[in-house]
Amino acid sequence: MLELIPLVPFLPLVGFVVLGLFGSKLRNEQLIGWLGSGTVLLSFLLTLGIFFELLGMPPDARDGHVVQVYSWLAAGSFSVDIAYLVDPLSLVFTLIITGVGFLIHVYSIGYMHGDEGFFRFFAYLNLFIFMMLNLVLADNFLLTFLGWEGVGLASYLLIGFWYKRKFPGVGLVWTGDAARKAFIVNRVGDFGMLVAMFILFTLYGSLNYLELDAAGPTQAGELLTIATLLLFLGCCGKSAQIPLFVWLPDAMAGPTSVSALIHAATMVTSGIFLIARNATLFALSPITMEIVAIIGILTALLAATMGIFQNDIKKVLAYSTVSQLGFMFAALGVGAFTAAVFHVMTHAFFKACLFLGSGSVIHAMHEEQDIQKMGGLKKYMPSTYKTFLISSIAIAGIPPLAGFFSKDEILWYTFKNGGAFLGGMGGYLIWTIGALAALCTAFYMFRLVHLTFHGKERFDAAKVHPHESPATMTMPLWILAVLAALGGFLGYPHALGHFIPHFLHGWLDPVLAGGSGLWEQWVNGQRTEPAIIWEYFLMGASVLLALVGILLATRWYNKDQPRLASAEEGLPAYRILFNKYYIDELYQKLVVDPLDRFAEGFLFRVFDVKLVDGFVNGTASFIGRSAEVLRRLQTGVAQNYALVMLVGIIGVMFWLVLFRG
Amino acid sequence: MAALLTTLFLPLLGAFALLFIDKTALRGIKVTALAISLLTFLASVVLFMQFDQSEAGFQFVINQTWISSLDAGFRIGVDGMSMLLLLLTTLIMPVAILTSFNSIKKNDKLYYAMLLLLQAGMTGVFVALDTFLFYVFWEVILIPMYFIIGVWGGKNRIYAAVKFFIYTMAGSLLMLLAIIWLGFHGDPQSGKFTADLMALRDVGPRIPFDIQQWLFLAFALSFAIKVPLFPVHTWLPDAHVQAPTAGSVILAGVMLKLGTYGLIRFNLELFPQSSHYYADFFCILSVIGIIYGALVAMAQSDIKKLVAYSSVSHMGFIVLGIFSMNSEGLQGAIIQMVNHGLSTGMLFLCVGVLYERRHTRELKDYGGVMSVMPKFGILFGIAMLASVGLPGLNGFVGEFLTLLGAYTSPALDTPWYAVLSASGVILAAVYLLKMYNGVVFGVNDKAENQSLPDLTRSEMWQLVPLAVCCFWIGLFPAGFLKVSAPSTAALVNKIEGLRADDHNYGQELLLPDAAEALAEQGAAHPD
Repeated sequence: MLELIPLVPFLPLVGFVVLGLFGSKLRNEQLIGWLGSGTVLLSFLLTLGIFFELLGMPPDARDGHVVQVYSWLAAGSFSVDIAYLVDPLSLVFTLIITGVGFLIHVYSIGYMHGDEGFFRFFAYLNLFIFMMLNLVLADNFLLTFLGWEGVGLASYLLIGFWYKRKFPGVGLVWTGDAARKAFIVNRVGDFGMLVAMFILFTLYGSLNYLELDAAGPTQAGELLTIATLLLFLGCCGKSAQIPLFVWLPDAMAGPTSVSALIHAATMVTSGIFLIARNATLFALSPITMEIVAIIGILTALLAATMGIFQNDIKKVLAYSTVSQLGFMFAALGVGAFTAAVFHVMTHAFFKACLFLGSGSVIHAMHEEQDIQKMGGLKKYMPSTYKTFLISSIAIAGIPPLAGFFSKDEILWYTFKNGGAFLGGMGGYLIWTIGALAALCTAFYMFRLVHLTFHGKERFDAAKVHPHESPATMTMPLWILAVLAALGGFLGYPHALGHFIPHFLHGWLDPVLAGGSGLWEQWVNGQRTEPAIIWEYFLMGASVLLALVGILLATRWYNKDQPRLASAEEGLPAYRILFNKYYIDELYQKLVVDPLDRFAEGFLFRVFDVKLVDGFVNGTASFIGRSAEVLRRLQTGVAQNYALVMLVGIIGVMFWLVLFRG
Repeated sequence: MAALLTTLFLPLLGAFALLFIDKTALRGIKVTALAISLLTFLASVVLFMQFDQSEAGFQFVINQTWISSLDAGFRIGVDGMSMLLLLLTTLIMPVAILTSFNSIKKNDKLYYAMLLLLQAGMTGVFVALDTFLFYVFWEVILIPMYFIIGVWGGKNRIYAAVKFFIYTMAGSLLMLLAIIWLGFHGDPQSGKFTADLMALRDVGPRIPFDIQQWLFLAFALSFAIKVPLFPVHTWLPDAHVQAPTAGSVILAGVMLKLGTYGLIRFNLELFPQSSHYYADFFCILSVIGIIYGALVAMAQSDIKKLVAYSSVSHMGFIVLGIFSMNSEGLQGAIIQMVNHGLSTGMLFLCVGVLYERRHTRELKDYGGVMSVMPKFGILFGIAMLASVGLPGLNGFVGEFLTLLGAYTSPALDTPWYAVLSASGVILAAVYLLKMYNGVVFGVNDKAENQSLPDLTRSEMWQLVPLAVCCFWIGLFPAGFLKVSAPSTAALVNKIEGLRADDHNYGQELLLPDAAEALAEQGAAHPD
């Protein structure tokens, strides 16, 4: 069964090609929708089969299965194949991508109903799935890079999907501008990826993951640290971390199911995948790890604070996504690779559910996204409400829902291993920042729930008639909500007793053990492990903080006349948080505008036209003018020529007499 | 052999044949020209099928004496490198002819004859194995291109045509001097003059450095202008903007590659020591060109000019790959020549499609074209993405290999060229997306653009084959890389054995006086 893995990405590719070429001729939405969803479902079932096949093997036989497709590129000593690596790590991601991906495809059948680009939408979604699967299933960096850029392209096409719509923002007018911004910011990260690949190839002579993993320790050192830092730059782009996170909020210009699939559940977790896939290389670069942890946790807090006062339902979720991704990077940075993957999974469940729920709301409210103009939707759309609430509790980190387990594991590890960073204070600092971010998360999520679903209707009931969405939309919501509620038991903490094993840990161990082992070795030399009693204490503290967040939100927003923007504006922090610390403006003023001015005002108009080409044209006109002057010698009058000749002869004679004589 | 001669001479015969057709029989003229170019393409495909891909040297070699006193001959042949470029040429030409059917409205007969003459010249440059023959073909190209720009071009066509002509001419005069000078080194024993490239290939590396470097520089300047390399690039934007679409397609698609091909065939092959010595210099210019071209492209509001400057940037990658002088870099350079021809050719075709309909090239006159021209939107998108260097499309293969070559090159011995050039990857996205978004996305709110017709069947025939090639090379580059691999490997081997800093190179093979000169030089620089 395992050899069938190439079919898993291939099926969505077929979907893309068929829909792309013939979609405009298939006029039936159901046919198009189920064709697009069907390919992904088949891929999911196939992956499930492979998953059980692997599960039946002894743990140490589960990793390292490479399925060759063909030789892609070779020159000199460089060569890479199109080849897929089947192991526990790639399968976890493949299951999430095809599973959650399928649900979102089905949801889109309802959500995109009546859109003029219906077939185009499903073609792009299939293209995305194909590229994303290449990214995670690749057995080498270059194929991952193909997927990496490919998902970027799909993201570009889907953010700008409604290309006729405006999307205001800093330096943005159309949705297409948001798409372009995403692509370009990601390219900055891709630059890092490219150079990192060059370094790794010079160090190890290969870009093959298994070879890099095996040979990792032989080349540890400065260059490897630089390479891993550059890889992390790539991750910052794709996974929206400081300083490259600015594209993700604007990516919300795309249809909501795109936000759920690409900008929450799958693509933005590529960076986490990449680091987990290369755990060994990162574990060998403690400096990189420290930076990853710090950037991650700072992003978690920064984005969470930005989410507090947003009024666009999708933007709140976008900042939340950036923040949650920050948690995942913090986990990677402290060497909790399993916890990071665990959070990828639970986050895929609850955040996809939240985004799809918000889509359901937007759908019902006739494209309204401002939560100040909502309220009281609970009674109109019970399924959307219930699933949204479940996911909100999950993301807030209330036990026993999924978010609690994964977030708590991350926080515990930041405390446990953070001691190796920041001069020994890392454990306290990183945990505290993370806990604060968790508090904000609980707060803004429940602010969102209250403003959207509770209280009185703040919309004109005469014009807007909210209604529950069709089954194609609510069924995926329920499935995701159930997963968001129960998914956490796949990573049950040991501290709470051994009666359920930490499945994910055991499952990923064959892949991550190498990196984790190296990391443990380093970390144990840097800090003393805190006593287990701390784990209980911190667990209690983080749950308490989440409850505080929920209570505050409930106090302020769960009433008939909640505080709205007009009242909030008076708060000292409001302006700066609402405007996201003016970071977009800052980039515009410091990078984009100066570069434009330099390119247009100096390089083109002055340097190229006046200087370089001016020199060329100057040479030409100099020759022209010289000829003009010399031409006068050719008067055509014989006497003149005779005169010149005479002068010449006399001149030569003088010269001969005076100097040679 | 027959296939090679057909590929070379059929266009020339075609050009003559056109002269005998009645000039009012427009349809006959067009069909004949197209048929000739398609037959030539077929001939080149046959040639490719007969081509032995495991062979490093020249194949189908013809060696006929031409001017015996100069030992100049009709010597032609192809190796892996020229094979690919030959195929590119014969593929681009029918497209260029097809795209002219509607846009050229005067002197059709002369125009198509010029195109075919141009094709013969370019093919000749790629297959010539004789310095004199090479020079003849090199100069032949100037004439038709001069007329294509000057007669059928835009408003400022005379200025652009003259600039193109004189710029190129200035370079090629130096090359002629070098060819003559080089010829005198032809036979070390007798000192007999030769233009035989096969012989000169062995002779060149033995020429003492102080002479060799001048020969190297003379050739290099001529080729650098053609590429064009920063700072001798300013003829390109003018020529591109003024040339008719077909002219731009040929210019970007094939003609610029004559320069990079020359750099490999002559500079690297004949003067490896000087290549080593000046590698840094050319890489610095390439890196400047990559970044500079991209930044200036960013500043353009004229779409055609934007694409023209993007060529300056993209061609920089090729020169960088060439002077990496390792297999990765050279292979990348060769495939990138083909790629740039395809993707930039497509971009110019797309600009032509827009210009045909609206007679403006200003970005601000477009917007939201997708809603009326969806097919165009897709094909323009593919061309744009190929040019951006998206993996899976052709541009990535060349860009990645040239950068990898530059990064790992022992000759350059520094990662910085590759690192700086890689930033061109970011900038390419900036200017190309600016162009694409500006044309295709947004609301179609201009009255003139409301009823723009989508691509015609002829336009589909021009764009789709090129797009297919973009995917083909992007997804299965191995088959293409394989063609040139033995030739580049042999060249790399040769260069590696002969390094500039090794002052004792080839001493036993030198002319007596050259050896003396070298000894003096060694005494002057004991290191």
